[in-house]
Amino acid sequence: MLQGRQSWVFVKQPVIISTAVVGGPFEGAGALAQDFDILYEDIWLGQASFEKAEKKMLEDACEKAIQKAGLNKEDVHFFLSGDLMNQIISSSFAARTLGIPYLGLFGACSTSMAGLSLAAFLINAGGAGYVLSAVSSHNSAVNKQYRYPTEYGAQNPPTAQWTVTGAGAALVAANGNGPRVTGATIGRIVDLGISDPFNMGAAMAPAAVDTIKAHFRDFNVDAAHYDLIATGDLGKVGHHIAGDLLQEQGIDIPPDKFTDCGLLIYKKDQPVMAGGSGCACSAVVTYGHLLNRMRRGELKRILVVATGALLSPLSYQQKESIPCIAHAVVMEREGD
Amino acid sequence: MEKYLIAFVVGGTICVIGQILLDVFRLTPAHMTVALVVTGAVLGGLGLYEPLVKFAGAGASVPISSFGNSLVKGALFEAKTTGLVGVLTGIFEVTSAGISSAIIFGFLASLLFKPKG
Repeated sequence: MLQGRQSWVFVKQPVIISTAVVGGPFEGAGALAQDFDILYEDIWLGQASFEKAEKKMLEDACEKAIQKAGLNKEDVHFFLSGDLMNQIISSSFAARTLGIPYLGLFGACSTSMAGLSLAAFLINAGGAGYVLSAVSSHNSAVNKQYRYPTEYGAQNPPTAQWTVTGAGAALVAANGNGPRVTGATIGRIVDLGISDPFNMGAAMAPAAVDTIKAHFRDFNVDAAHYDLIATGDLGKVGHHIAGDLLQEQGIDIPPDKFTDCGLLIYKKDQPVMAGGSGCACSAVVTYGHLLNRMRRGELKRILVVATGALLSPLSYQQKESIPCIAHAVVMEREGD
Repeated sequence: MEKYLIAFVVGGTICVIGQILLDVFRLTPAHMTVALVVTGAVLGGLGLYEPLVKFAGAGASVPISSFGNSLVKGALFEAKTTGLVGVLTGIFEVTSAGISSAIIFGFLASLLFKPKG
């Protein structure tokens, strides 16, 4: 199970038997609209607050994933979930609705792969038959908490990123049809002293590189082993920095194999500054777009490296730098 | 025509200073606004803001720095007529219309509209 210094190999190859992806209007107008299961036209989702709207999206993603697998809530043993709200309320409140035994996770935008790797670990170890792993984020709720409420009208610099409004859920099982989770690398905190929450991509890039390097070392592989390596939400600025850092460290990933979920999700003409971000960014792109490509046979083996900036509004106000992390998960097409 | 040009250049310069405070000195929007208000107040206290308003008209009276000037103007005026207590009672004298309308119209707008996120 333990592979090298900080990785797991899942010999029983847990299966992602279903995924579900929910998005808002901005995502519906984006580049990957066809990969969403549910798209809402109203960012409020008919709810009284943005936080309630986020919880609703998370519930929808979870229920849809369970339904697509032909299961009931009662069949799912554990629910692993996280989000960006204080005290991860979206996840805990969705867990209240679902009634599935629940562990809340916080890894900021790295939570998607933290959850998926733990779900695979639980299944692989025989600790569960079905584990549901999910995350959510809501642009307006996140802006309110971490930056400024949108109606305040503060300017965003070009390095800022656009938080994805959406939720993604993956149902992992011991047997079944679907992409396999075969390995994971758990990241360590990397903090190079960036304290600007409007430049998260630059802050997170070194963490992504650290985890990719650790992954290649632990599994004794290189980029050629994968059809695609996708970071979570580095955006334009961070993706560029990560590319440079990888090169400096002698790790060669061809540009056509190296991408970022934050760069894939929106169209070029959408006003998203440096790209997408948020817990839902890597989740909706991976569980929707990338796994759909894998199901179609376009991708056989991918590495998703979800990146997270572990700051709080308080730590930022107290001028702390931003500790960053990245977790990597290997997904493979079945039968290959 | 010359009047408009002067107003545009002076008002624009104050806005450029605000933008530089945001982009180069990384001030938060609130800190930037307060910095301009305090600067306007200090200039007003030194008797330098009024000449600027005379010179540039709306170019100096519309930007937020003018609010700082007005606060000091009210306080100084009341202090002259009623003594030291006038600093406290006069500070919002000139600006009360602006503050009240900000609150009232802000409230009305919040009743009529919903944030679009």
